[in-house]
Amino acid sequence: MLVKGKKNMAENIITIRENLVGGNKTLSKVTDDVLGVMERKPTKLWWFGFIIALTALGTGFIAVVYQVRTGIGTWGLNKTVGWAFDITNFVFWVGIGHAGTLISAILFLFRQKWRTSINRSAEAMTIFAVMCAGIFPLIHMGRPWLAHWALPYPNFRGPLWVNFRSPLAWDVFAISTYLIISAVFWYIGMIPDLATVRDRVTNKFKKFIFNFLSLGWDGSSRTWHRYETVYGLLAGLATPLVVSVHTIVSFDFATSSIPGWHTTTFPPYFVSGAVFSGFAMVLTLMLIARKTLKLEDYITRKHVDNMTKVIILTGGIVTLSYATEFFMAWYSGNGYEQFVFINRALGPFAWAYWIMLSINLIVPQFFWFKKLRRNLIIVFILSLFINVGMWFERFVIIVTSLHRDFLPSSWAMYKPSIIEIGTLVGSFGLFFTLFLLFIRFMPMISIGEIKSVLHYKGSHGGKK
Amino acid sequence: MKKYFIATFDNEFDLKEATVEYRENKLKIMDAFTPYAVHGLDEAMGLKPSRLTKLCFLFGFTGFILALVGQYWISAVNWPINIGGKPWNSLPAFLPVIFEVTVLFAGLGTVFSLLVISRLRPGKVPKQFSTRVTDDHFLMVLSDKKGVLNEKLAESISIKHNALKWKLEGESE
Repeated sequence: MLVKGKKNMAENIITIRENLVGGNKTLSKVTDDVLGVMERKPTKLWWFGFIIALTALGTGFIAVVYQVRTGIGTWGLNKTVGWAFDITNFVFWVGIGHAGTLISAILFLFRQKWRTSINRSAEAMTIFAVMCAGIFPLIHMGRPWLAHWALPYPNFRGPLWVNFRSPLAWDVFAISTYLIISAVFWYIGMIPDLATVRDRVTNKFKKFIFNFLSLGWDGSSRTWHRYETVYGLLAGLATPLVVSVHTIVSFDFATSSIPGWHTTTFPPYFVSGAVFSGFAMVLTLMLIARKTLKLEDYITRKHVDNMTKVIILTGGIVTLSYATEFFMAWYSGNGYEQFVFINRALGPFAWAYWIMLSINLIVPQFFWFKKLRRNLIIVFILSLFINVGMWFERFVIIVTSLHRDFLPSSWAMYKPSIIEIGTLVGSFGLFFTLFLLFIRFMPMISIGEIKSVLHYKGSHGGKK
Repeated sequence: MKKYFIATFDNEFDLKEATVEYRENKLKIMDAFTPYAVHGLDEAMGLKPSRLTKLCFLFGFTGFILALVGQYWISAVNWPINIGGKPWNSLPAFLPVIFEVTVLFAGLGTVFSLLVISRLRPGKVPKQFSTRVTDDHFLMVLSDKKGVLNEKLAESISIKHNALKWKLEGESE
């Protein structure tokens, strides 16, 4: 009896396992479906999104030109709050990028096959988000045309080298390495699919472009063999890299002696917050892409389900970090530290603190319920909320810790200027413009990887 | 005159089984061409594990040494500046940059090696036996290099493993 029950259970497990790709696809159907997006005329919804994104980008462009010409005085900063909006946006965008690498590298190492439909676009998201992030410190330099001074190279200014003891110098290395490795990882992953496009297009110009980009890929199994090795190595390199990047970003704060920043919990706190916000952004983008490009068979409910579960986990870590910060402020017995945290919750920026806390604490809890996880409209709205909540987290950490100085006569308030808001809008414009162009002109789903998991269920069910 | 025997399959399982049998019958495999990375095909073909992992380590190690020595030389030898009374050689503070440069070198070096070893470069026009390889066909190409190509044998193995089609192709050198 018991044995029979066990057997039934095993059968059930096999039938419960959902296919990673919906519909009964053949190999060439996958090619058609994914590349069809590039071959069809864009939908009205795409144009609608693109025009909005382009408008936002234009707004940002005007704001950037104005502040570079006029100077950083156009911002709402003052002597006390010397870091505010731009660094908030910087940390926000870097954080967004982290989910892409998590999906492409960490889930690859854990052999999570469901990542195949979303890894390509998540990686693209990473690259665009890091580009958006890079804009802010560049502008903050005041003279962005001297940005290369942040790199160590022999020069006639001394030679004046960069200070390697400064976390800001570490940041330069971390962010640029992250951008380069992510871009390479993304491009290497795309080569076989670019070859598929090359062999499919008839337009001479397109053929030339894709022939150029696909590097002469011919599908040789010897090349595939090496390619797989390199892909695994890059995933192995990108995994500690992504953890290091937000750790180093958190060092920008943690190595200072400002109450509210000076804590050892910052690295794990920032990394989990980054994954939390990044997954929310991946969800936002994937739900849009899925709907507008009709890719429901590829980006399935299972993907959404899995991503919401990651959000529950990382949201929990973030909430734990909030609690830890408060506990440590009390436990440290340090009056300045205690003041900062009471001031965060009850001071002039309490509104921002409570927006952050209520969103980041409560919103992920909705995902415990399967009914809500399966309702894509609700998931979409909740993902937007998390994006907002995590933006406020950075704002709260940065501004509330600064606006009350050690010296009460230096206390000040901060309000972003219209130029700063314009720049933030512009960064969203850049992000969405690039993303919409990407899903239009490049294979946004990894065709090769999807094909390799097409029989995934079958191979586990004992059928070949 | 080189001779190739090209068998086309429509799935990875037939290709893998056929590959094992071609090898058992001492037929010389030139290469297989597949739309995606077929797991287990490397073993079936008898490919050795790639040495790129070792290269990756070497590149990473180069980056590590460069960043370590570079930072020390810059901060302690070439132009020492007193920053908050910290020691010239602030090794713990140099670790983040050492790590980043190591990863950067290892990553770029490995990818560059892949392109060189696999002869991939921008604009190269590949010699393809079929353009459907990048879509849905799995090709096995046997050559007569170092010996005679036993067409009859190759054909019978291909038929046995449900090959869609097979042909003999010559190429003048």
